[in-house]
Amino acid sequence: MNAVPSEITAKEMVQPISQEALAKRMRWQRVGDFVAHRVTMLFALLVLLLLVAIMASLVLGALPAFQKFGFGFLSSTTWDPVGEEFGALNAIYGTLVTSFIALLFGVPVSFGIAVFLTELCPNWLKRPMGVAVELLAGIPSIIYGMWGLFFFAPFFAEHVQPVLMDTLGQLPYVGGMFQGAPMGLGTLTAGLILSVMVIPFIASVMRDVFEVVPAVLKESAYGLGATTWEVMWNVVLPYTKAGVVGGVMLGLGRALGETMAVTFVIGNAHNIDLSLFSPATSIASTLANEFAEASGELHMSSLIALGLVLFFITFVVLVIAKLMLMRLSKGEGRST
Amino acid sequence: MQKLLGKLALTIATVAVSSSFVVPAHAADITGAGATFPYPIYAKWAAVYKEKSGMSMNYQSIGSGGGIKQIKSKTVDFGASDMPLKPEELDKEGLTQFPTVIGGAVPVVNIKGIKPGQLKLTGQVLADIFQGKVTKWNDPAIVALNKGVALPDRLIVVVHRSDGSGTTFLWTNYLSKVSAGWKSAIGEGTAVSWPAGVGGKGNEGVAQYVQRMEGSIGYVEYAYALQNKMTDVLLQNAGGEFVKANADSFKAAAAGADWSKAPGFYLILTNQAGKSAWPVSGATFILMHKAQAKPDSGREVLKFFNWCYSDDGDKLAAALDYVPLPANVIKQIQDSWKANIKDASGKALLN
Repeated sequence: MNAVPSEITAKEMVQPISQEALAKRMRWQRVGDFVAHRVTMLFALLVLLLLVAIMASLVLGALPAFQKFGFGFLSSTTWDPVGEEFGALNAIYGTLVTSFIALLFGVPVSFGIAVFLTELCPNWLKRPMGVAVELLAGIPSIIYGMWGLFFFAPFFAEHVQPVLMDTLGQLPYVGGMFQGAPMGLGTLTAGLILSVMVIPFIASVMRDVFEVVPAVLKESAYGLGATTWEVMWNVVLPYTKAGVVGGVMLGLGRALGETMAVTFVIGNAHNIDLSLFSPATSIASTLANEFAEASGELHMSSLIALGLVLFFITFVVLVIAKLMLMRLSKGEGRST
Repeated sequence: MQKLLGKLALTIATVAVSSSFVVPAHAADITGAGATFPYPIYAKWAAVYKEKSGMSMNYQSIGSGGGIKQIKSKTVDFGASDMPLKPEELDKEGLTQFPTVIGGAVPVVNIKGIKPGQLKLTGQVLADIFQGKVTKWNDPAIVALNKGVALPDRLIVVVHRSDGSGTTFLWTNYLSKVSAGWKSAIGEGTAVSWPAGVGGKGNEGVAQYVQRMEGSIGYVEYAYALQNKMTDVLLQNAGGEFVKANADSFKAAAAGADWSKAPGFYLILTNQAGKSAWPVSGATFILMHKAQAKPDSGREVLKFFNWCYSDDGDKLAAALDYVPLPANVIKQIQDSWKANIKDASGKALLN
């Protein structure tokens, strides 16, 4: 058989084709449509299948740990490979605290970068700055880890931590968070490294969504005498909130799951301490550290259970983000 | 273009055909997986052995835990582990094991004014430090062991491995032997529940932390401490002497051990008797199935390690700061091969 007749040639345009040929061609097109539909559906279903398969293998692998420890696994702070007693709270705490610190510093800075790039930056600087932000996003996380371990942690221990101890450390209530041996390792260092890592993600998403705001909206606001800040806060942000929240969630996703960079600087100690200077551990770093040499069945199973917990946390974060967006869109048009 | 492609295809076909003729001449290549600590020497041995015999050995350093799993599921010809399996477990899986080279852990410190080999510690004090009981360098227990050495009034920062490791196993095994308190509270293993300190990933992670933080003490693999010229500590051994970690003291630990009374070479060389034995020594092990489903590759594995035990192999090991096994132990290993590793018909692979 010759090639499938699918395109009308110039000759055919001049000489109208017969009914029969037209019917044949349309049949072929229907087959093509059908195949394309099924193939693309198959690809889409593959994603779903993968998700279910990963979920199932995690649950299956985690089963021994959950059978042994029950829900106490989530609230126990023991992590003892020798006595085969495992609990996830240390790792969950470390993951959440470092991610929170990452967003605490990352979101405002990213917002600033995006505002500058879209509203204030002179045109000749826009492109190089934008490229620099995107390049930062492309750096592999192990590089951040090494940079954190060899340069940032020593600098932090010598110049920043002593200052923090003398100032914030002396405050009532929160002082305990900034005390302890200035080693340069721990939750605060890990959180700060993470914030550097999430900034390019959040900033580039924010910049992209800020740029799609119709110029007429902004110009109307400027025309009414609004300041740049008022335009950002009252026009651009409400218009782009879905994208902004999406960008923040993307950053949070990266912070929660980040493995190597955190492993290098968090100090890898299974404990929960009020002080942000003391070494801790996160779910991803525990997995990276212990997976290769976990020999006991319960140890392995507990590590897989940790993976499941991380999966769950990311899922919950996504759901919260969706809910937030729904609430936001409900309020649309009412507030002034 | 078409012509070029045709030529290319022809070349590929020729290469494929000719190489498929070459391979059977050397039987199948042998594969192994496991411990990371002996990886440099296994890789070196494999490279030199290949030049000599044409036989290539492919070793993946995925960690001891992974090596044990892979040999149990028979996906490799041999597994490698820094921690020997107990004889019961060997029997259960139909495995046999033998040591290859000796290494061990060395305590390293970073204290202003302290030179390599100057500080002396006993096992008990070391256990107390790692347990967080002794917290300052000028603690009376440390001062009593180091008369005339100026020790600072500084907090001790304990650095341990964060990843599971054979080095940690040796370290905690030693501390369990010398301190009853350590044994009951923490115990031994490739990863333990550390009561104090920070965890560094790998030898390089621990070394980096120790070199950077003043007042710190950690432990690293002997070869690593040597090559990086770290400030090591003298330890008191079971004979009551303070010894320095070097090739001689490791050899003394291996020579003093009675391997003939250890079934399956299940012997951990920590806290060995002998005036010059380094107390935190241990061998790294190879695991193989007793009944070889593929006797040809099994025989090649044994031939390979037989060569590794030769003078050529020993020289390569010593150049990389591994300590070769004493001759009497090698003899016992070769005997155990004859007695244990057999093909389907029950015939020993090597005679």
